[in-house]
Amino acid sequence: MSDLSDLYQQVILDHNRNPRNFKRVDLANRKAEGNNPLCGDRIQLYVQLDGDTITDIGFQMPQGSGCAISKASASLMTDAVKGKTAAAAETMFQEFRDMLAGGTNAPGKLAAFSGVRAFPSRIKCANLAWHALHAALQNSAQPVTTESARDF
Amino acid sequence: MLDTTRIRPDFPILQQKENGQRLVYLDNAATSQKPRRVIDAIVHYYSFHNANVHRGAYALAVEATEAYEAARTAVARFVNAWAREGVVFTRGTTESINLVAASWGRTNVKRGDTVVVTAMDHHSNIVPWQILCQEKSATLRMVEITEDGRIDLSDFGRALEAKPKIVAFPYVSNALGTVNPAAQLSKLAHAAGAVTVVDGAQSSPHLRVDVQTIDCDFYALSGHKMLAPMGSGALIAKPALLEAMPPYHGGGEMIERVWDDRSTWNKIPHKFEGGTPNVEAAVGLGAAIAYLEQLGMEKIAAHEQELARLTIERLSQIDGVTVYGPREHRAGVVPFTYGDIHPHDLATILDKDGVCIRAGHHCTQPLMRRLGVAATARASFYIYNDVDDIDALVTAVRKAGELFGVPA
Repeated sequence: MSDLSDLYQQVILDHNRNPRNFKRVDLANRKAEGNNPLCGDRIQLYVQLDGDTITDIGFQMPQGSGCAISKASASLMTDAVKGKTAAAAETMFQEFRDMLAGGTNAPGKLAAFSGVRAFPSRIKCANLAWHALHAALQNSAQPVTTESARDF
Repeated sequence: MLDTTRIRPDFPILQQKENGQRLVYLDNAATSQKPRRVIDAIVHYYSFHNANVHRGAYALAVEATEAYEAARTAVARFVNAWAREGVVFTRGTTESINLVAASWGRTNVKRGDTVVVTAMDHHSNIVPWQILCQEKSATLRMVEITEDGRIDLSDFGRALEAKPKIVAFPYVSNALGTVNPAAQLSKLAHAAGAVTVVDGAQSSPHLRVDVQTIDCDFYALSGHKMLAPMGSGALIAKPALLEAMPPYHGGGEMIERVWDDRSTWNKIPHKFEGGTPNVEAAVGLGAAIAYLEQLGMEKIAAHEQELARLTIERLSQIDGVTVYGPREHRAGVVPFTYGDIHPHDLATILDKDGVCIRAGHHCTQPLMRRLGVAATARASFYIYNDVDDIDALVTAVRKAGELFGVPA
Protein backbone atom coordinates (compact mmCIF):
# COMPACT_ATOMS: atom_id res chain seq x y z
CA MET A 1 0.00 0.00 0.00
CA SER A 2 1.30 3.38 -0.88
CA ASP A 3 2.23 5.83 1.80
CA LEU A 4 1.28 9.48 2.23
CA SER A 5 4.90 10.47 1.71
CA ASP A 6 4.69 8.96 -1.81
CA LEU A 7 1.90 11.41 -2.59
CA TYR A 8 3.17 14.42 -0.69
CA GLN A 9 6.81 14.24 -1.73
CA GLN A 10 9.04 17.03 -0.47
CA VAL A 11 9.20 18.68 -3.88
CA ILE A 12 5.40 18.85 -3.95
CA LEU A 13 5.15 20.25 -0.44
CA ASP A 14 7.82 22.80 -1.36
CA HIS A 15 6.10 23.93 -4.55
CA ASN A 16 2.77 24.10 -2.68
CA ARG A 17 4.30 26.39 -0.08
CA ASN A 18 6.35 28.44 -2.54
CA PRO A 19 4.72 28.13 -5.95
CA ARG A 20 6.92 29.26 -8.85
CA ASN A 21 5.57 31.52 -11.59
CA PHE A 22 2.65 32.35 -9.31
CA LYS A 23 1.86 35.56 -11.16
CA ARG A 24 -0.16 37.21 -13.81
CA VAL A 25 1.82 37.57 -17.07
CA ASP A 26 1.08 41.02 -18.46
CA LEU A 27 2.34 40.21 -21.94
CA ALA A 28 0.43 36.94 -22.12
CA ASN A 29 -1.21 36.35 -25.49
CA ARG A 30 -2.80 33.05 -24.47
CA LYS A 31 -4.98 32.57 -21.41
CA ALA A 32 -7.06 29.75 -20.08
CA GLU A 33 -9.18 29.04 -17.07
CA GLY A 34 -9.35 25.59 -15.55
CA ASN A 35 -12.08 24.39 -13.22
CA ASN A 36 -12.51 21.29 -11.17
CA PRO A 37 -16.25 21.51 -10.49
CA LEU A 38 -16.11 18.66 -8.01
CA CYS A 39 -13.99 20.56 -5.53
CA GLY A 40 -14.29 24.12 -6.77
CA ASP A 41 -10.60 24.42 -7.60
CA ARG A 42 -9.87 27.11 -10.16
CA ILE A 43 -6.74 28.10 -12.03
CA GLN A 44 -6.07 31.04 -14.29
CA LEU A 45 -3.17 30.38 -16.64
CA TYR A 46 -1.23 33.03 -18.60
CA VAL A 47 1.04 32.07 -21.47
CA GLN A 48 3.27 34.31 -23.53
CA LEU A 49 3.87 32.55 -26.80
CA ASP A 50 6.47 34.06 -29.11
CA GLY A 51 6.32 32.20 -32.38
CA ASP A 52 6.22 28.62 -31.21
CA THR A 53 8.09 29.20 -27.94
CA ILE A 54 6.64 29.66 -24.47
CA THR A 55 8.74 32.62 -23.35
CA ASP A 56 6.80 33.26 -20.16
CA ILE A 57 4.08 31.53 -18.22
CA GLY A 58 2.32 32.15 -14.93
CA PHE A 59 -0.72 31.05 -13.00
CA GLN A 60 -3.05 32.26 -10.31
CA MET A 61 -5.50 30.49 -8.10
CA PRO A 62 -8.14 32.40 -6.21
CA GLN A 63 -7.49 32.42 -2.46
CA GLY A 64 -7.76 28.92 -1.07
CA SER A 65 -8.92 27.34 -4.29
CA GLY A 66 -5.96 25.13 -5.00
CA CYS A 67 -5.03 21.98 -3.12
CA ALA A 68 -1.38 21.06 -2.64
CA ILE A 69 -1.45 18.69 -5.59
CA SER A 70 -3.03 21.10 -8.06
CA LYS A 71 -0.93 24.04 -6.95
CA ALA A 72 2.37 22.15 -6.95
CA SER A 73 1.50 20.61 -10.30
CA ALA A 74 0.85 24.03 -11.81
CA SER A 75 4.08 25.33 -10.32
CA LEU A 76 6.22 22.45 -11.60
CA MET A 77 4.48 22.54 -14.96
CA THR A 78 5.23 26.20 -15.51
CA ASP A 79 8.88 25.57 -14.61
CA ALA A 80 9.03 22.61 -16.97
CA VAL A 81 7.52 24.24 -20.06
CA LYS A 82 9.04 27.69 -19.83
CA GLY A 83 11.39 28.20 -22.78
CA LYS A 84 10.04 25.10 -24.52
CA THR A 85 8.06 24.95 -27.75
CA ALA A 86 4.32 24.42 -27.68
CA ALA A 87 4.81 21.01 -29.26
CA ALA A 88 7.33 20.00 -26.58
CA ALA A 89 4.87 21.15 -23.89
CA GLU A 90 2.10 19.04 -25.40
CA THR A 91 4.43 16.05 -25.41
CA MET A 92 5.16 16.61 -21.73
CA PHE A 93 1.43 16.75 -21.02
CA GLN A 94 1.04 13.42 -22.76
CA GLU A 95 3.90 11.93 -20.75
CA PHE A 96 2.42 13.36 -17.55
CA ARG A 97 -1.01 11.90 -18.28
CA ASP A 98 0.49 8.57 -19.22
CA MET A 99 2.35 8.48 -15.92
CA LEU A 100 -0.84 9.15 -13.95
CA ALA A 101 -2.67 6.52 -15.97
CA GLY A 102 -0.13 3.97 -14.78
CA GLY A 103 2.62 4.40 -17.36
CA THR A 104 6.28 5.20 -16.91
CA ASN A 105 7.41 8.24 -14.97
CA ALA A 106 7.44 11.61 -16.69
CA PRO A 107 10.89 13.16 -17.06
CA GLY A 108 12.61 15.35 -14.48
CA LYS A 109 10.82 16.78 -11.48
CA LEU A 110 7.43 15.89 -12.95
CA ALA A 111 8.13 12.35 -11.74
CA ALA A 112 7.33 13.65 -8.25
CA PHE A 113 3.69 13.15 -9.17
CA SER A 114 4.09 9.44 -9.78
CA GLY A 115 2.66 8.85 -6.30
CA VAL A 116 -0.68 10.35 -7.40
CA ARG A 117 -1.29 7.11 -9.34
CA ALA A 118 -2.15 5.38 -6.08
CA PHE A 119 -4.70 8.08 -5.22
CA PRO A 120 -7.28 8.01 -8.04
CA SER A 121 -9.36 10.71 -6.39
CA ARG A 122 -6.47 13.14 -6.83
CA ILE A 123 -5.52 12.55 -10.47
CA LYS A 124 -7.77 15.40 -11.60
CA CYS A 125 -6.00 17.74 -9.20
CA ALA A 126 -2.64 16.90 -10.78
CA ASN A 127 -3.95 17.26 -14.34
CA LEU A 128 -5.88 20.51 -13.89
CA ALA A 129 -3.05 22.90 -14.80
CA TRP A 130 -2.02 20.76 -17.77
CA HIS A 131 -5.54 20.81 -19.17
CA ALA A 132 -5.51 24.59 -18.84
CA LEU A 133 -2.16 24.74 -20.64
CA HIS A 134 -3.48 22.56 -23.44
CA ALA A 135 -6.51 24.86 -23.79
CA ALA A 136 -4.28 27.94 -23.82
CA LEU A 137 -2.03 26.48 -26.52
CA GLN A 138 -5.09 25.49 -28.56
CA ASN A 139 -6.28 29.07 -28.05
CA SER A 140 -9.57 27.73 -26.77
CA ALA A 141 -11.89 30.39 -25.41
CA GLN A 142 -13.89 27.86 -23.40
CA PRO A 143 -12.87 27.32 -19.78
CA VAL A 144 -11.73 23.74 -19.40
CA THR A 145 -13.12 21.54 -16.71
CA THR A 146 -11.71 18.33 -15.39
CA GLU A 147 -15.13 16.82 -16.02
CA SER A 148 -14.97 17.21 -19.78
CA ALA A 149 -11.50 15.73 -19.79
CA ARG A 150 -11.42 12.00 -19.29
CA ASP A 151 -8.76 11.30 -16.74
CA PHE A 152 -9.48 7.69 -15.97
CA MET B 1 -25.48 8.54 24.17
CA LEU B 2 -26.58 5.60 22.05
CA ASP B 3 -24.92 2.24 22.67
CA THR B 4 -22.87 2.05 19.46
CA THR B 5 -21.44 -1.35 20.42
CA ARG B 6 -24.93 -2.70 19.76
CA ILE B 7 -25.56 -0.59 16.66
CA ARG B 8 -22.31 -1.02 14.74
CA PRO B 9 -22.66 -4.81 14.23
CA ASP B 10 -25.92 -4.12 12.36
CA PHE B 11 -23.94 -2.40 9.57
CA PRO B 12 -22.01 -4.84 7.38
CA ILE B 13 -19.89 -2.10 5.78
CA LEU B 14 -18.57 -0.95 9.15
CA GLN B 15 -16.99 -4.36 9.64
CA GLN B 16 -14.59 -3.79 6.76
CA LYS B 17 -11.35 -1.85 6.61
CA GLU B 18 -10.59 1.42 4.87
CA ASN B 19 -6.95 1.56 3.77
CA GLY B 20 -6.19 -1.19 6.27
CA GLN B 21 -7.68 0.78 9.17
CA ARG B 22 -10.94 0.59 11.08
CA LEU B 23 -13.50 2.36 8.88
CA VAL B 24 -14.38 5.67 10.50
CA TYR B 25 -17.27 6.90 8.40
CA LEU B 26 -17.87 10.60 9.00
CA ASP B 27 -19.56 11.59 5.75
CA ASN B 28 -23.12 10.94 6.82
CA ALA B 29 -24.41 14.26 5.55
CA ALA B 30 -23.52 12.94 2.08
CA THR B 31 -25.05 9.52 2.56
CA SER B 32 -25.57 7.07 5.40
CA GLN B 33 -24.57 3.44 5.62
CA LYS B 34 -27.26 0.75 5.56
CA PRO B 35 -28.12 -1.70 8.33
CA ARG B 36 -28.59 -5.40 7.62
CA ARG B 37 -32.31 -4.94 8.28
CA VAL B 38 -32.68 -2.58 5.30
CA ILE B 39 -30.54 -4.71 3.01
CA ASP B 40 -32.52 -7.80 4.04
CA ALA B 41 -35.83 -6.04 3.44
CA ILE B 42 -34.83 -5.40 -0.18
CA VAL B 43 -33.58 -8.94 -0.69
CA HIS B 44 -36.76 -10.28 0.94
CA TYR B 45 -38.94 -8.13 -1.30
CA TYR B 46 -37.28 -9.42 -4.47
CA SER B 47 -37.13 -12.98 -3.16
CA PHE B 48 -40.78 -13.26 -2.19
CA HIS B 49 -43.02 -10.34 -3.22
CA ASN B 50 -41.82 -8.77 -6.47
CA ALA B 51 -44.47 -7.78 -9.04
CA ASN B 52 -45.61 -4.52 -10.54
CA VAL B 53 -47.75 -2.48 -8.19
CA HIS B 54 -51.32 -1.16 -8.39
CA ARG B 55 -52.33 -3.15 -11.44
CA GLY B 56 -51.97 -6.87 -11.02
CA ALA B 57 -55.00 -9.06 -10.47
CA TYR B 58 -53.00 -11.77 -8.75
CA ALA B 59 -51.80 -12.36 -5.22
CA LEU B 60 -48.15 -11.49 -5.81
CA ALA B 61 -49.06 -8.08 -7.25
CA VAL B 62 -51.28 -7.42 -4.27
CA GLU B 63 -48.37 -8.26 -1.95
CA ALA B 64 -46.06 -5.89 -3.82
CA THR B 65 -48.65 -3.15 -3.66
CA GLU B 66 -49.17 -3.73 0.04
CA ALA B 67 -45.43 -3.54 0.69
CA TYR B 68 -45.17 -0.30 -1.29
CA GLU B 69 -48.17 1.30 0.39
CA ALA B 70 -47.04 0.17 3.85
CA ALA B 71 -43.86 2.15 3.26
CA ARG B 72 -45.99 5.20 2.43
CA THR B 73 -47.81 4.81 5.72
CA ALA B 74 -44.46 4.54 7.52
CA VAL B 75 -43.20 7.78 5.95
CA ALA B 76 -46.47 9.55 6.78
CA ARG B 77 -46.23 8.51 10.44
CA PHE B 78 -42.49 9.30 10.60
CA VAL B 79 -42.92 12.99 9.73
CA ASN B 80 -46.53 13.28 10.96
CA ALA B 81 -47.81 14.01 7.45
CA TRP B 82 -51.21 15.64 6.97
CA ALA B 83 -52.44 12.47 5.29
CA ARG B 84 -50.85 9.41 3.74
CA GLU B 85 -52.17 10.67 0.39
CA GLY B 86 -49.89 13.64 0.93
CA VAL B 87 -46.79 11.42 0.66
CA VAL B 88 -45.45 11.23 -2.91
CA PHE B 89 -42.56 8.84 -3.46
CA THR B 90 -39.69 10.41 -5.40
CA ARG B 91 -36.03 9.65 -6.07
CA GLY B 92 -35.08 11.97 -3.23
CA THR B 93 -35.01 15.56 -2.08
CA THR B 94 -33.80 16.90 -5.42
CA GLU B 95 -36.65 15.33 -7.33
CA SER B 96 -39.16 16.38 -4.67
CA ILE B 97 -38.15 20.03 -4.96
CA ASN B 98 -38.07 19.87 -8.74
CA LEU B 99 -41.59 18.45 -8.65
CA VAL B 100 -42.82 21.41 -6.62
CA ALA B 101 -40.99 23.90 -8.85
CA ALA B 102 -42.25 22.32 -12.06
CA SER B 103 -45.82 21.74 -10.95
CA TRP B 104 -46.86 24.27 -8.28
CA GLY B 105 -44.23 26.76 -9.41
CA ARG B 106 -44.99 26.82 -13.11
CA THR B 107 -48.70 27.09 -12.39
CA ASN B 108 -48.54 29.84 -9.81
CA VAL B 109 -45.40 31.89 -10.35
CA LYS B 110 -45.89 34.68 -12.88
CA ARG B 111 -43.71 37.34 -14.46
CA GLY B 112 -42.48 39.78 -11.83
CA ASP B 113 -43.18 37.46 -8.89
CA THR B 114 -40.54 36.66 -6.30
CA VAL B 115 -39.21 33.34 -5.03
CA VAL B 116 -37.15 33.40 -1.84
CA VAL B 117 -34.32 31.01 -0.96
CA THR B 118 -31.50 31.34 1.56
CA ALA B 119 -27.74 31.64 1.15
CA MET B 120 -27.30 28.40 3.09
CA ASP B 121 -29.47 26.33 0.78
CA HIS B 122 -28.08 23.28 -0.98
CA HIS B 123 -27.93 23.62 -4.77
CA SER B 124 -30.95 21.31 -4.91
CA ASN B 125 -33.04 23.99 -3.23
CA ILE B 126 -31.59 26.81 -5.34
CA VAL B 127 -31.17 25.63 -8.91
CA PRO B 128 -34.79 24.42 -9.48
CA TRP B 129 -35.95 27.89 -8.40
CA GLN B 130 -33.40 29.58 -10.66
CA ILE B 131 -34.72 27.58 -13.60
CA LEU B 132 -38.31 28.45 -12.68
CA CYS B 133 -37.56 32.15 -12.21
CA GLN B 134 -35.66 32.37 -15.49
CA GLU B 135 -38.53 30.72 -17.34
CA LYS B 136 -41.14 32.98 -15.74
CA SER B 137 -39.09 36.19 -15.62
CA ALA B 138 -39.54 36.12 -11.88
CA THR B 139 -37.04 37.31 -9.28
CA LEU B 140 -35.03 34.95 -7.12
CA ARG B 141 -34.18 36.59 -3.79
CA MET B 142 -31.48 35.00 -1.66
CA VAL B 143 -31.71 35.70 2.07
CA GLU B 144 -28.37 36.42 3.72
CA ILE B 145 -26.91 34.56 6.67
CA THR B 146 -25.45 35.93 9.88
CA GLU B 147 -21.74 35.74 10.63
CA ASP B 148 -22.24 32.69 12.85
CA GLY B 149 -24.15 30.83 10.16
CA ARG B 150 -27.84 31.35 10.87
CA ILE B 151 -30.51 32.70 8.57
CA ASP B 152 -30.51 36.48 8.98
CA LEU B 153 -34.04 37.05 10.26
CA SER B 154 -34.05 40.77 9.50
CA ASP B 155 -33.03 40.08 5.90
CA PHE B 156 -35.64 37.31 5.81
CA GLY B 157 -38.21 39.91 6.86
CA ARG B 158 -37.06 42.31 4.15
CA ALA B 159 -37.30 39.56 1.54
CA LEU B 160 -40.90 38.89 2.58
CA GLU B 161 -41.83 42.51 1.83
CA ALA B 162 -41.85 41.55 -1.86
CA LYS B 163 -44.78 39.21 -1.08
CA PRO B 164 -43.03 36.16 -2.56
CA LYS B 165 -45.03 33.27 -3.99
CA ILE B 166 -42.61 30.68 -2.62
CA VAL B 167 -40.24 30.69 0.34
CA ALA B 168 -37.76 27.80 0.38
CA PHE B 169 -35.26 27.01 3.12
CA PRO B 170 -33.43 24.06 4.68
CA TYR B 171 -34.55 22.72 8.06
CA VAL B 172 -30.91 21.76 8.74
CA SER B 173 -27.97 23.13 6.74
CA ASN B 174 -25.82 20.40 5.20
CA ALA B 175 -22.75 22.63 5.13
CA LEU B 176 -23.06 24.40 8.51
CA GLY B 177 -25.17 22.10 10.64
CA THR B 178 -27.50 24.97 11.55
CA VAL B 179 -30.94 23.86 12.73
CA ASN B 180 -33.23 26.58 11.45
CA PRO B 181 -36.38 27.70 13.27
CA ALA B 182 -38.56 26.10 10.62
CA ALA B 183 -41.91 26.77 12.29
CA GLN B 184 -41.10 30.43 12.83
CA LEU B 185 -39.85 30.89 9.25
CA SER B 186 -42.90 29.14 7.86
CA LYS B 187 -45.24 31.28 9.94
CA LEU B 188 -43.58 34.51 8.76
CA ALA B 189 -43.67 33.33 5.15
CA HIS B 190 -47.34 32.39 5.38
CA ALA B 191 -48.16 35.81 6.83
CA ALA B 192 -46.59 37.28 3.68
CA GLY B 193 -48.78 35.04 1.52
CA ALA B 194 -46.13 32.53 0.39
CA VAL B 195 -46.14 28.76 0.30
CA THR B 196 -43.16 27.24 2.06
CA VAL B 197 -40.86 24.51 0.79
CA VAL B 198 -38.64 22.89 3.40
CA ASP B 199 -35.54 20.94 2.36
CA GLY B 200 -35.63 18.15 4.90
CA ALA B 201 -32.67 16.15 3.55
CA GLN B 202 -30.58 16.81 6.67
CA SER B 203 -33.36 16.98 9.26
CA SER B 204 -35.29 13.78 8.49
CA PRO B 205 -32.39 11.43 9.39
CA HIS B 206 -31.45 13.24 12.58
CA LEU B 207 -34.40 14.98 14.29
CA ARG B 208 -37.96 14.28 15.28
CA VAL B 209 -39.75 15.95 12.36
CA ASP B 210 -43.38 17.02 12.58
CA VAL B 211 -44.46 18.75 9.39
CA GLN B 212 -47.77 19.78 10.93
CA THR B 213 -46.00 21.58 13.76
CA ILE B 214 -43.62 23.25 11.32
CA ASP B 215 -46.72 23.99 9.28
CA CYS B 216 -44.84 24.17 6.00
CA ASP B 217 -46.61 23.39 2.72
CA PHE B 218 -44.04 21.08 1.12
CA TYR B 219 -41.38 18.98 2.83
CA ALA B 220 -38.73 17.04 0.87
CA LEU B 221 -36.64 14.14 2.15
CA SER B 222 -34.05 11.66 0.88
CA GLY B 223 -34.03 8.07 2.04
CA HIS B 224 -30.35 7.40 1.43
CA LYS B 225 -29.29 9.83 4.15
CA MET B 226 -31.46 7.95 6.67
CA LEU B 227 -30.29 4.34 6.27
CA ALA B 228 -32.47 3.66 3.21
CA PRO B 229 -31.37 2.94 -0.37
CA MET B 230 -30.24 5.56 -2.83
CA GLY B 231 -33.10 6.54 -5.08
CA SER B 232 -35.63 6.50 -2.25
CA GLY B 233 -37.29 9.68 -1.10
CA ALA B 234 -40.52 11.53 -0.68
CA LEU B 235 -42.34 14.78 -1.06
CA ILE B 236 -44.73 15.40 1.82
CA ALA B 237 -47.35 18.02 1.06
CA LYS B 238 -50.68 19.39 2.15
CA PRO B 239 -53.19 17.27 0.21
CA ALA B 240 -55.25 20.27 -0.95
CA LEU B 241 -52.17 21.70 -2.67
CA LEU B 242 -51.41 18.41 -4.41
CA GLU B 243 -55.04 18.13 -5.54
CA ALA B 244 -54.83 21.50 -7.27
CA MET B 245 -51.46 20.88 -8.92
CA PRO B 246 -50.93 19.56 -12.45
CA PRO B 247 -48.99 16.29 -12.86
CA TYR B 248 -45.20 16.20 -12.98
CA HIS B 249 -44.41 13.16 -15.14
CA GLY B 250 -46.93 11.81 -17.62
CA GLY B 251 -47.20 8.08 -18.13
CA GLY B 252 -48.72 4.95 -16.70
CA GLU B 253 -50.02 4.81 -13.16
CA MET B 254 -50.71 8.56 -12.93
CA ILE B 255 -53.81 8.54 -15.18
CA GLU B 256 -57.48 7.80 -14.66
CA ARG B 257 -58.68 7.69 -18.31
CA VAL B 258 -56.62 8.20 -21.45
CA TRP B 259 -58.46 9.45 -24.55
CA ASP B 260 -56.85 9.91 -27.94
CA ASP B 261 -56.09 13.54 -27.30
CA ARG B 262 -56.26 14.05 -23.53
CA SER B 263 -56.30 12.29 -20.20
CA THR B 264 -57.68 12.64 -16.74
CA TRP B 265 -55.55 12.15 -13.68
CA ASN B 266 -55.38 9.53 -11.02
CA LYS B 267 -56.00 10.47 -7.38
CA ILE B 268 -53.16 11.87 -5.28
CA PRO B 269 -50.49 10.78 -4.59
CA HIS B 270 -50.56 8.51 -7.67
CA LYS B 271 -51.08 11.51 -9.94
CA PHE B 272 -47.43 12.34 -9.24
CA GLU B 273 -46.03 8.84 -9.54
CA GLY B 274 -45.98 8.22 -13.29
CA GLY B 275 -44.29 5.01 -14.38
CA THR B 276 -43.34 1.92 -12.40
CA PRO B 277 -42.13 3.21 -9.04
CA ASN B 278 -38.98 2.17 -7.22
CA VAL B 279 -40.74 -0.31 -4.93
CA GLU B 280 -37.47 -1.71 -3.63
CA ALA B 281 -36.45 1.78 -2.49
CA ALA B 282 -39.79 2.36 -0.78
CA VAL B 283 -39.60 -0.99 1.00
CA GLY B 284 -36.03 -0.18 2.10
CA LEU B 285 -37.17 3.23 3.33
CA GLY B 286 -39.93 1.60 5.36
CA ALA B 287 -37.39 -0.73 6.98
CA ALA B 288 -35.04 2.17 7.68
CA ILE B 289 -37.80 4.11 9.40
CA ALA B 290 -38.61 1.10 11.57
CA TYR B 291 -34.94 0.89 12.58
CA LEU B 292 -34.75 4.61 13.40
CA GLU B 293 -38.01 4.59 15.33
CA GLN B 294 -36.75 1.70 17.42
CA LEU B 295 -33.75 3.80 18.47
CA GLY B 296 -35.85 6.92 18.95
CA MET B 297 -35.30 10.15 17.04
CA GLU B 298 -34.83 12.24 20.20
CA LYS B 299 -32.04 9.91 21.34
CA ILE B 300 -30.45 10.02 17.89
CA ALA B 301 -30.48 13.83 17.90
CA ALA B 302 -28.98 14.00 21.39
CA HIS B 303 -26.28 11.46 20.47
CA GLU B 304 -25.16 13.35 17.40
CA GLN B 305 -25.29 16.75 19.07
CA GLU B 306 -23.03 15.44 21.83
CA LEU B 307 -20.58 14.05 19.25
CA ALA B 308 -20.59 17.39 17.42
CA ARG B 309 -20.04 19.29 20.67
CA LEU B 310 -17.06 17.08 21.59
CA THR B 311 -15.61 17.33 18.09
CA ILE B 312 -15.85 21.11 18.05
CA GLU B 313 -14.25 21.28 21.49
CA ARG B 314 -11.36 19.04 20.50
CA LEU B 315 -10.74 20.49 17.03
CA SER B 316 -10.80 24.00 18.48
CA GLN B 317 -7.85 23.05 20.69
CA ILE B 318 -5.69 22.70 17.56
CA ASP B 319 -4.09 26.00 16.59
CA GLY B 320 -5.09 27.02 13.10
CA VAL B 321 -8.40 25.12 13.03
CA THR B 322 -11.50 27.17 12.27
CA VAL B 323 -14.91 25.58 12.88
CA TYR B 324 -17.86 27.06 10.97
CA GLY B 325 -21.50 27.30 11.97
CA PRO B 326 -23.45 28.46 14.98
CA ARG B 327 -22.56 27.60 18.57
CA GLU B 328 -26.11 26.53 19.40
CA HIS B 329 -28.98 24.92 17.53
CA ARG B 330 -26.78 22.76 15.40
CA ALA B 331 -26.97 19.18 14.24
CA GLY B 332 -24.16 16.63 13.99
CA VAL B 333 -22.33 18.43 11.19
CA VAL B 334 -18.90 19.97 11.85
CA PRO B 335 -17.36 21.97 8.99
CA PHE B 336 -13.82 23.17 9.49
CA THR B 337 -10.63 24.35 7.88
CA TYR B 338 -7.07 23.93 9.13
CA GLY B 339 -4.52 26.65 8.44
CA ASP B 340 -3.78 26.81 4.73
CA ILE B 341 -4.14 23.06 4.22
CA HIS B 342 -6.63 22.59 1.43
CA PRO B 343 -9.61 20.46 2.56
CA HIS B 344 -8.91 17.98 -0.23
CA ASP B 345 -5.45 17.36 1.10
CA LEU B 346 -6.94 16.97 4.57
CA ALA B 347 -9.44 14.42 3.28
CA THR B 348 -6.71 12.41 1.53
CA ILE B 349 -4.54 12.38 4.64
CA LEU B 350 -7.45 11.41 6.90
CA ASP B 351 -8.45 8.64 4.53
CA LYS B 352 -5.07 7.02 5.10
CA ASP B 353 -6.17 6.54 8.71
CA GLY B 354 -9.50 5.14 7.59
CA VAL B 355 -11.32 8.40 8.35
CA CYS B 356 -13.83 9.37 5.64
CA ILE B 357 -14.82 13.03 5.59
CA ARG B 358 -16.13 15.31 2.89
CA ALA B 359 -14.01 18.08 1.41
CA GLY B 360 -15.32 20.63 -1.01
CA HIS B 361 -18.14 23.10 -1.45
CA HIS B 362 -20.84 20.66 -0.30
CA CYS B 363 -23.13 21.78 -3.14
CA THR B 364 -23.42 25.16 -1.44
CA GLN B 365 -21.35 27.51 -3.58
CA PRO B 366 -23.29 30.66 -2.61
CA LEU B 367 -22.62 29.83 1.05
CA MET B 368 -18.91 29.17 0.42
CA ARG B 369 -18.59 32.60 -1.22
CA ARG B 370 -20.12 34.19 1.86
CA LEU B 371 -17.83 32.27 4.19
CA GLY B 372 -14.92 33.45 2.04
CA VAL B 373 -13.60 29.94 1.44
CA ALA B 374 -13.38 27.78 -1.66
CA ALA B 375 -14.02 24.63 0.33
CA THR B 376 -14.26 23.24 3.82
CA ALA B 377 -13.65 19.86 5.40
CA ARG B 378 -16.77 18.40 7.00
CA ALA B 379 -17.26 15.66 9.54
CA SER B 380 -20.87 14.57 9.95
CA PHE B 381 -22.19 12.00 12.39
CA TYR B 382 -24.81 9.33 12.63
CA ILE B 383 -26.05 6.65 14.98
CA TYR B 384 -23.01 4.36 14.62
CA ASN B 385 -20.38 7.01 15.33
CA ASP B 386 -18.80 7.23 18.74
CA VAL B 387 -16.01 8.90 20.71
CA ASP B 388 -13.43 6.52 19.15
CA ASP B 389 -14.31 8.03 15.78
CA ILE B 390 -13.66 11.51 17.12
CA ASP B 391 -10.30 10.34 18.48
CA ALA B 392 -9.38 8.98 15.05
CA LEU B 393 -10.48 12.21 13.38
CA VAL B 394 -8.54 14.48 15.71
CA THR B 395 -5.40 12.31 15.58
CA ALA B 396 -5.47 12.33 11.78
CA VAL B 397 -6.03 16.08 11.63
CA ARG B 398 -2.98 16.60 13.85
CA LYS B 399 -0.99 14.33 11.53
CA ALA B 400 -1.97 16.50 8.57
CA GLY B 401 -0.67 19.51 10.46
CA GLU B 402 2.67 17.81 10.99
CA LEU B 403 2.97 16.74 7.35
CA PHE B 404 2.17 20.22 6.05
CA GLY B 405 4.14 21.98 8.76
CA VAL B 406 1.24 23.93 10.24
CA PRO B 407 2.56 25.36 13.50
CA ALA B 408 1.18 23.24 16.36
